Amino acid sequence: MQEKLWTYMGYDFVINALIVGVLIAFCASLLGVTLVLKRFSYIGDGLSHVAFAGMALAMIAELGNNNMLIILPITIISAVLMLKTSQNTKINGDAAIAMISVGSLAFGYLLLNIFSPSANVSGDVCSTLFGATSILTLSEFDVYLCIGMSIFVLLFYLFFYNKIFAVTFDEDFATATGIKSGVYNTLMAVITAVIVVLAMNLVGSLLISALVIFPALSSMRVFKNFKAVVVSSGIISVICSSIGLVLALLNSTPVGATIVAVDIVCFIMFSIAGFALGKNR
Amino acid sequence: MALISCKDVSLGYEGKTVVENLNFEINDGDYLYILGENGSGKSTLMKTLLGLRNPMSGTILYGLNHNEIGYLPQQTIVQRDFPASVKEIVMSGFLNHCGLRPFYSKDEKRIARENMEKLGISDLKKRCYRELSGGQQQRVLLARALCATTKLIVLDEPVAGLDPKVTAEMYDLINNLNKEGITVVMVSHDIQAAMTYATKILYVSDKPQFFDSKKKYINSEIGKVFLNDTSE
Repeated sequence: MQEKLWTYMGYDFVINALIVGVLIAFCASLLGVTLVLKRFSYIGDGLSHVAFAGMALAMIAELGNNNMLIILPITIISAVLMLKTSQNTKINGDAAIAMISVGSLAFGYLLLNIFSPSANVSGDVCSTLFGATSILTLSEFDVYLCIGMSIFVLLFYLFFYNKIFAVTFDEDFATATGIKSGVYNTLMAVITAVIVVLAMNLVGSLLISALVIFPALSSMRVFKNFKAVVVSSGIISVICSSIGLVLALLNSTPVGATIVAVDIVCFIMFSIAGFALGKNR
Repeated sequence: MALISCKDVSLGYEGKTVVENLNFEINDGDYLYILGENGSGKSTLMKTLLGLRNPMSGTILYGLNHNEIGYLPQQTIVQRDFPASVKEIVMSGFLNHCGLRPFYSKDEKRIARENMEKLGISDLKKRCYRELSGGQQQRVLLARALCATTKLIVLDEPVAGLDPKVTAEMYDLINNLNKEGITVVMVSHDIQAAMTYATKILYVSDKPQFFDSKKKYINSEIGKVFLNDTSE
């Protein structure tokens, strides 16, 4: 087993997969804390469906490695739209988001079936939805893009940490005392969109929200202040995604599903720990 | 100049007018109670004063900056299970003075400590907000409001859901702040407390409205009706 692992580590593509996988999971978990607390978890889920439609469009246009040019803008625009509709009290926000997300899923699949240049449509669809092996076939460009984006997300989070806290905890207070909450909300939505698109390579579009919500939920079982929750969910996410990736490589299981399974086990462990801690107090 | 003055302000939402032609001023040192029945537009008025929404017509003139207003809002669902320590919440009151600076300064940390001291929550500073009692939570939010301002605080039903003893303590704290020179604007239906503490009263409803000192309110037609209503 160990020997097998060391042989794998000799390959560049395995190392690339590990770097990218861990970085994406880390960024997703940082954003996850805010999204979960603001009751925006479903935006991540909705966006992943939109990203699927974007991917379908990119496949039809045969953009190859430039597919980000289509997927990214579509997802970012949808993210901002979803945020705005969820704040609008007139229309039913969650229904509108469900509509956008399920609509784009159906639309994407339809387009692929009618126009797809490839012979194996269901194979393409399956790997877009569940990630499959695309993490092992990353180009150098993908790797650098991921590293760059992760650094950007981390810096954004560090620099605006206190503001993110204020806007998450109490948006009305923040706005009333002169903070531009709308700007931060929009920025968060845009970054979420970018992470969702990047994470699609890793776990596939259906499983992205797991990367976003599970680490945050796990650490909220145990930790009781914002800083501890943010830091620990970052750590949990890095550990879970590393374990998941290695397990997937060793047992040739699907990468995305394995990572999510590890995240779920972790969540159960933290829930038990939280319960035990609560009882002792 | 008045801290805030409203001229012919009309309020409403979704195209429906709730209150028309409000005229009043908030001056330095006032303890203003905004009274009114449910749905009379008190909260809408407060949100408009805070700049969270726009008036339908009329003008509001400010004699101070928006980042000099402190605010104690009602609890939201988000906060009920939010993992945050007391210190984190109190410190967040300073953000409106931070600009692009990402971290809090030493002075701000000191003032936060003093405010927590003043409100008797120093020993709670590491505790988790959601595990505190209702009265303690309100003190935390009041401490945050004090970090945001030294001039004017706006309080939205700060004693809602508190028991009588804690309510009295809360009113005392707010009254002391007013004596120290902070202007207080309180949205409430607690007419008895208004009679005890207010220096001015604004009664909001579609019509008739009232704005003047407490003494005149007690002797006014609206005041008599409202006071008799609640004492029976």
